Amino acid sequence: MGIEVEQGAVRAGRVGASSGSENGGLTRGQKFQFALLVLALFVAVPILLGHSPYFITVLTNAAILSFISLGVWITFSIGRMNLAQGAFALVGGYASAILATRYGVSFWLCLPLSGLVSSALGALIGWPVLRLKGVYFAMTTLSLTEAIRLLALNGGDLTKGATGIVNIPRPGAIKIFGLTIVPEFNGADPLPFYFLACVLLVLGLVGVWRLSTSRLGWVFRSLRQNEDLATSIGINVAKYRVIAFAVCCFMGGIGGAFFSVFHQNIYPATYTIADSVNFMLYCFLGGLSYIFGPVVGAFLLVIAFELLHAVQDYQALIYGVLMIVCMLWLPNGILSLGLRHVSKGKG
Amino acid sequence: MEQVLINGVVLAVNYALIALGITLIFSIMNILNFAHGQMFMIGGFVVYYLYGIFKINYFVSLLAVVIVLGAIGWSFETFFFRRMRRMATREENSMLLAVGTALLLENLALSIFGEKQRGVPPVVTGVFRIGTAYLPAGRLLVMVLALVLIIGLLLFVQYTKLGRAMRALAQDREVTHLMGVNVDRVAAYGFALGAALAGLAGGLLVTVFGVNSGVGNVYSIKAFIMIMIGGAGVVPGAILGAIVLGFVEAIGYALLPGSITYLLIFTGLIIFLLLRPQGLLGKPWG
Repeated sequence: MGIEVEQGAVRAGRVGASSGSENGGLTRGQKFQFALLVLALFVAVPILLGHSPYFITVLTNAAILSFISLGVWITFSIGRMNLAQGAFALVGGYASAILATRYGVSFWLCLPLSGLVSSALGALIGWPVLRLKGVYFAMTTLSLTEAIRLLALNGGDLTKGATGIVNIPRPGAIKIFGLTIVPEFNGADPLPFYFLACVLLVLGLVGVWRLSTSRLGWVFRSLRQNEDLATSIGINVAKYRVIAFAVCCFMGGIGGAFFSVFHQNIYPATYTIADSVNFMLYCFLGGLSYIFGPVVGAFLLVIAFELLHAVQDYQALIYGVLMIVCMLWLPNGILSLGLRHVSKGKG
Repeated sequence: MEQVLINGVVLAVNYALIALGITLIFSIMNILNFAHGQMFMIGGFVVYYLYGIFKINYFVSLLAVVIVLGAIGWSFETFFFRRMRRMATREENSMLLAVGTALLLENLALSIFGEKQRGVPPVVTGVFRIGTAYLPAGRLLVMVLALVLIIGLLLFVQYTKLGRAMRALAQDREVTHLMGVNVDRVAAYGFALGAALAGLAGGLLVTVFGVNSGVGNVYSIKAFIMIMIGGAGVVPGAILGAIVLGFVEAIGYALLPGSITYLLIFTGLIIFLLLRPQGLLGKPWG
């Protein structure tokens, strides 16, 4: 169960590992593996697990959590440990909830709009905060998660305080010239949401891949290595790190908007510090050097957490221990195993 | 207003204990202890079980806090961070490990202690009246104890051999090693001491506010705010940060409804960092 996707993701991870985030261009084999991941997500999973709403929901969660974590991965690529992604997911969630319930905006417009709201706020806050580095940046962004939660709690009529916003309408149909392209989402079946999540994930992956192999990606990596040196060769450091942060917040906002509609509600406590920490851990456990890192990390951890249901009381405890063990024995992420394998094969 | 000032002093002194602990670990090992709030929480629970449930003397319970948290801090350094320092390829790794230990402690507490809010019976009873304000004896005790601990810590770091080794380590790791100091051992003691301070703060404040297994992150954030105000890794900065936060919090809670105080503190913090990213007393960096 769910293993299909896991393997798909790991296989795809090898694509990321062997092509490396360092250079672009996919070999034919890698394109083939990427196609396999897409096939697994869109064909194998629905056929094998389509009858089980529970597994489809778990995989939907994992897909969107990977999408949100991909944003955090971008801030890692400029050398910042971002613990504010929960805050921007919350902003996106509230933006889409408010737009949908107050102004009756269609979900299909809400989704990109909430991403934009998030990234605008991210750019505004990021401008001063990104001057900080290392632990200082981590501390500030962690506080930011708490600050945005308090903002939502004290937002008065707009955010409805602790009661949150409920009964957010589900996505409607998309019609062009009377032709239905996407049918209306109905309540009982999680499959449409699953497909939407997979589309977002694939778009996100392709987008981040394009980004990190473009000039912008190289600029980001130069910021990670040495900002002063980057400045000295004429890179506008302040501009590029805000761009990276805004892209990260955009993905957080979209993911938050998706979840608010998926669950049809949003509360100030929907995203807390624990969520911000998790987004970061997904990236780390998958492997920070690989674009597929966040995806592998999120799928493995979300599925592992569900499997640990069997040991109910100790679920959280075992999860915590597992994570420390991974950190100590796999400091470069799960995908570094695949990389070692590949280089051994070559050598 | 006098009441607000008294509350501010009580908070500031206890917060200083927290801020000093995290500063100690940060300056000695350059590790930001994300688990500091969780250590605070565990200190609170140790007192809750020993003093609250098993009716053991309060001061003995505090001693037990030092031992338990000291052991936790020591083993974190010895088993986790030392290994990480040797094999890490990115500087983020030790930070991530610190986040991982916070997660571990929080989940451990959740599994063992449950989610309920716990309180303990007062250690001393009675109320002092100062002008128009009231100072419960319990709060006075907590304040005096914290003050004694802070002075003790400063003296220890200043005048003992181990304290001097810790200060040397904070200045320059390699040279300290060259001078024949057993760096690993001192680092482990430093971590143990920092953790014990967090636990002691928890053991003191549990008599005033109670404790539950979810408070960890709240206190970690408070610790972060304090060291960002004062400047990370600077002892006077930690104390200054604690005084600022303690009074701002006391004033805010007296004048503003509920959680708006912290919203304003965070907003103020971001504006402050824009002007002075190294904190009030910190050295300018990169």
